[in-house]
Amino acid sequence: MRDYLLQLQDIHFARNQRSILQGVALDIYQGEIVTLIGPNGAGKSSLLKIALGLQKPDSGSVVRRPGLRIGYMPQKLQIPETLPLCVRDFLALARDYKPAQLPAVARRLSIEHLLDSQFSRLSGGEHQRVLLARALLASPQLLVLDEPVQGLDVGGQAELYGLIGELKSELNAGILMVSHDLHLVMAATDRVICLNQHVCCEGHPSHVSQDPSYLKLFGRQMPAQLAPYTHHHDHEHDHIHGPDCQHQHGPLAPLKPHSGPLIIKEPKA
Amino acid sequence: MMFLLDALLAGWILSLVSGPLGSFLVWRRMAYFGDTLAHSALLGITFGLLLDINLNLAVVLCAVMLALILLALQKQQFIPSDTLLGIMAHTSLATGLVALALVGNVRIDLNGYLFGDLLAVERRDVYLLAGAAALMLALILRYWRGLLAITVNEELARVEGYPVERLRLLLMVLVALLIAGAMKIVGVLLITALLIIPAASARAWANSPARMALHASLLSMLSVLLGLSGSYWLDTPAGASIVVVAALLFVFSQLSARLVPSAMQ
Repeated sequence: MRDYLLQLQDIHFARNQRSILQGVALDIYQGEIVTLIGPNGAGKSSLLKIALGLQKPDSGSVVRRPGLRIGYMPQKLQIPETLPLCVRDFLALARDYKPAQLPAVARRLSIEHLLDSQFSRLSGGEHQRVLLARALLASPQLLVLDEPVQGLDVGGQAELYGLIGELKSELNAGILMVSHDLHLVMAATDRVICLNQHVCCEGHPSHVSQDPSYLKLFGRQMPAQLAPYTHHHDHEHDHIHGPDCQHQHGPLAPLKPHSGPLIIKEPKA
Repeated sequence: MMFLLDALLAGWILSLVSGPLGSFLVWRRMAYFGDTLAHSALLGITFGLLLDINLNLAVVLCAVMLALILLALQKQQFIPSDTLLGIMAHTSLATGLVALALVGNVRIDLNGYLFGDLLAVERRDVYLLAGAAALMLALILRYWRGLLAITVNEELARVEGYPVERLRLLLMVLVALLIAGAMKIVGVLLITALLIIPAASARAWANSPARMALHASLLSMLSVLLGLSGSYWLDTPAGASIVVVAALLFVFSQLSARLVPSAMQ
């Protein structure tokens, strides 16, 4: 068995009497990309915060490999308007920053020309690359990326996912990220975890994209965006599952062939 | 004229610290927080008189205590933060006034505390201020990166391993210390102005946090110089004159930044 970087077991978490996570388990190993997907309110952010140690679960265990270095890329960073901060100064705030690190990281993420720009003036794609650079400055063994492609157009998304895939092998790190869009993230992902308060299904992206519980979850939430895809299920997935989640949903409908590419998009909130 | 020199020195020493600290208050949207701590100063003085301890120390302790209470209360979600600050600010000021009346047999110059009494600054006060300011500046420089990191984003700072809670506490204690020091100069009611206005003016021309802090200190020193001179020649209250000059400088900085559009970073 390979060594895990991070192991979460039987995580329960509730806020304001509303259950958010129920018996979630999550392992991350060196050299793999794990992508969390799920609808809004599925508990993706909470799970990420618990994995990062920013939030304590109500019950369950979080075990990190001792001395684990984590690089974290938050969803979006709103720097106060009143704070003048150039990209170089922002990156220099990384905890164990050594100026010697900067040239290589800046070159790798193609942000050399931005170092003297004000952080608040960056475009969406530049902003994300600078945040990723800050995460890399931690020399991470585990990279945690919260919706890294948020606000990018499709071309920019594919490019950034490509970069993340390359970084995995360059750093030999584990990567945990949250994504809305399975289709684009597929190529760069080793394992997908579909989350809706509990782990609905888990596995290789091509497997998950065919999984009935995944299709039901996304198909039910976003019928309009799934127009090219005309598959229907006759089982229910509306009820809350217990931590074991081993019961059957009744007979599964046979999978029909796709009538088009599977594109899953969550509407902007 | 010697008393004027002491007043000027005291004001300049304070400016060195109020530049960076005021900038942090502006960046972190804590202006009202500073105000609340300042309002508690009178309560601190009353406690100091009752317990017969050094008044400056009493003010610092009272402000730190209030800061801790605020930190704890802000975790609940029923009353919004600004309402809470408003309640605490005026409750502590009112309690201070009532307690002072009840203590009764002491006579303190209430006006001096509310509006400052810069001209009563003695050489001894200057030395004390200089020592305290040196310590505070050393702390600010030592923890500058951490304080800036939690200001940019607390979650990122926490994941990276910065001691977020302790840094936040440090900032509060520093503000409390500064308020105790500045009380005599500009008075409880005007302290926040001396912290916030020069920092806000400095924003217009600064392109890095360190420069903004430095410019804020320089603008604050200029305000003290011009305010004191004005107060001497026109016979106006010193603290208020300093704040009026700072406000004028703020207007100039905004206008100049508008006229030279590239300046606004």
